[in-house]
Amino acid sequence: MKNHSIFHSDGHSDKIDRLIVLPFMKSVEIAIKSIRVRFFRSLITTISLVLAVSFLSFTRVGSDVANGLLSTGEPALRQTLIRSGYDLRPEDVSVGNSPKQQWIIVLSLLVCVVGIVNAQLMAVTERFREIGTMKCLGALDSFILRLFLLEAGIQGLIGSGAGAIIGGAFALINFFLRFGTVSFTTLSWTQAGLSVAGATLVGCVLSLVGVMYPAMVAARMQPVEAMRVEQ
Amino acid sequence: MTDSRKIVRVTHVTKSFKLGKLDVLALKGVDLEITAGNYISIMGPSGSGKSTLFNMIGGLDKPTTGKVFIDEVDIAQLDAYELAWLRCRKIGYIFQTFNIIQVMTALENVTLPMTFAGMADDAAAEKGIKLLEMVGLGDRFQHKPFELSGGQQQRVAIARALANDPAIILADEPTGNLDLNTGEEIIYLLKQLSRERGVTIISATHDIKMLNVSDQVVWIRDGRIDKIENRDELSISIGMIGSKPGHDTLSEC
Repeated sequence: MKNHSIFHSDGHSDKIDRLIVLPFMKSVEIAIKSIRVRFFRSLITTISLVLAVSFLSFTRVGSDVANGLLSTGEPALRQTLIRSGYDLRPEDVSVGNSPKQQWIIVLSLLVCVVGIVNAQLMAVTERFREIGTMKCLGALDSFILRLFLLEAGIQGLIGSGAGAIIGGAFALINFFLRFGTVSFTTLSWTQAGLSVAGATLVGCVLSLVGVMYPAMVAARMQPVEAMRVEQ
Repeated sequence: MTDSRKIVRVTHVTKSFKLGKLDVLALKGVDLEITAGNYISIMGPSGSGKSTLFNMIGGLDKPTTGKVFIDEVDIAQLDAYELAWLRCRKIGYIFQTFNIIQVMTALENVTLPMTFAGMADDAAAEKGIKLLEMVGLGDRFQHKPFELSGGQQQRVAIARALANDPAIILADEPTGNLDLNTGEEIIYLLKQLSRERGVTIISATHDIKMLNVSDQVVWIRDGRIDKIENRDELSISIGMIGSKPGHDTLSEC
């Protein structure tokens, strides 16, 4: 055993903050592993996100297609749009997001965040012991926080990416069945792409917002408390 | 290195918990000195304050009054970074419930503290394999915890505790969840480590098999130290305990 005391005589060392590290790539590795091992738990956390984001993407891409159709100026297409549920007044030249639609979207996203918080709190509770162990091995609060945020970020990216693509695809299929190929030829694809990307981004942000509180609970926990939990 | 160095010093420590509106005094003034390199057993019935004292020594909990010094540093003065440092490098923990991180392999469990300590991956893996070989799991380092028996998991935990060459190993009922034989193996492994590596081992236990290997036994009763017995004085109490029914014979070693 080496006989060096790490502590200076005055009781603290300025080297300390550099001495405990968790390289970023290592934390990514741990986060991915953790998601893989707890696949079903991650799936449940992600699924509400997938649904909410696909709904968002569905409405946004739907509006894009409808706008494309409207821009042709054909009254027949306009009539079919109105019949399929778009509130179009005679003077409208584009499908705006009606307040009703916006409310539904906001509500679905809110419900989704609550769902994520709930699922993540459960996940944290299940992992009390693991968190406590890591802290006993010298993990700092910030490591735990980072691991949870990374996991949520990855889940958010995959979940909302999948959701956005599914929602967008459904919107396209829906319009294709109603209007045929004209809905594709008139559609601004960049606009649709932006809608899908936007929905993905919103999903990622929601996932991170949802995990914030549970991750903070996990990070602040004292190791003894964590160990005391019976599992 | 002086062999009589006091690695842990506990002075006038009390600890109270709030239990609803009631203040429960778990420790009622404990003084204790632990010499580096010794194998210490803290014995006592459950509820005696044994675990509380143990957590205090491990820097997992802070005393209500009094001071705990580890290597002459008052742990109450340490901030979060320094405490993490202490837990990472100075102290190795072994638990009754093994607490192997379930999502990682045996080797990853052992290398995690080394990663925290800033060791490169290759060096950590090499050292991890060496440590696992030392505890007798050389061929099982890629196994996940659920593929290992209780005794094997505890061996992984011991290897993990040794990852950063700590000065102290704290073992909280290390044999509590193991059968008699496996428990004995673990105890002898710990003893061997303390002898070969000069690690101070402090274990809270009510496993009487531990007495056999301990250099010093601290008996806790009702939040106070009942008595501290050194190895040479132990025979008297061993005789007493040995007379209890159902207890295996304690041979002198």
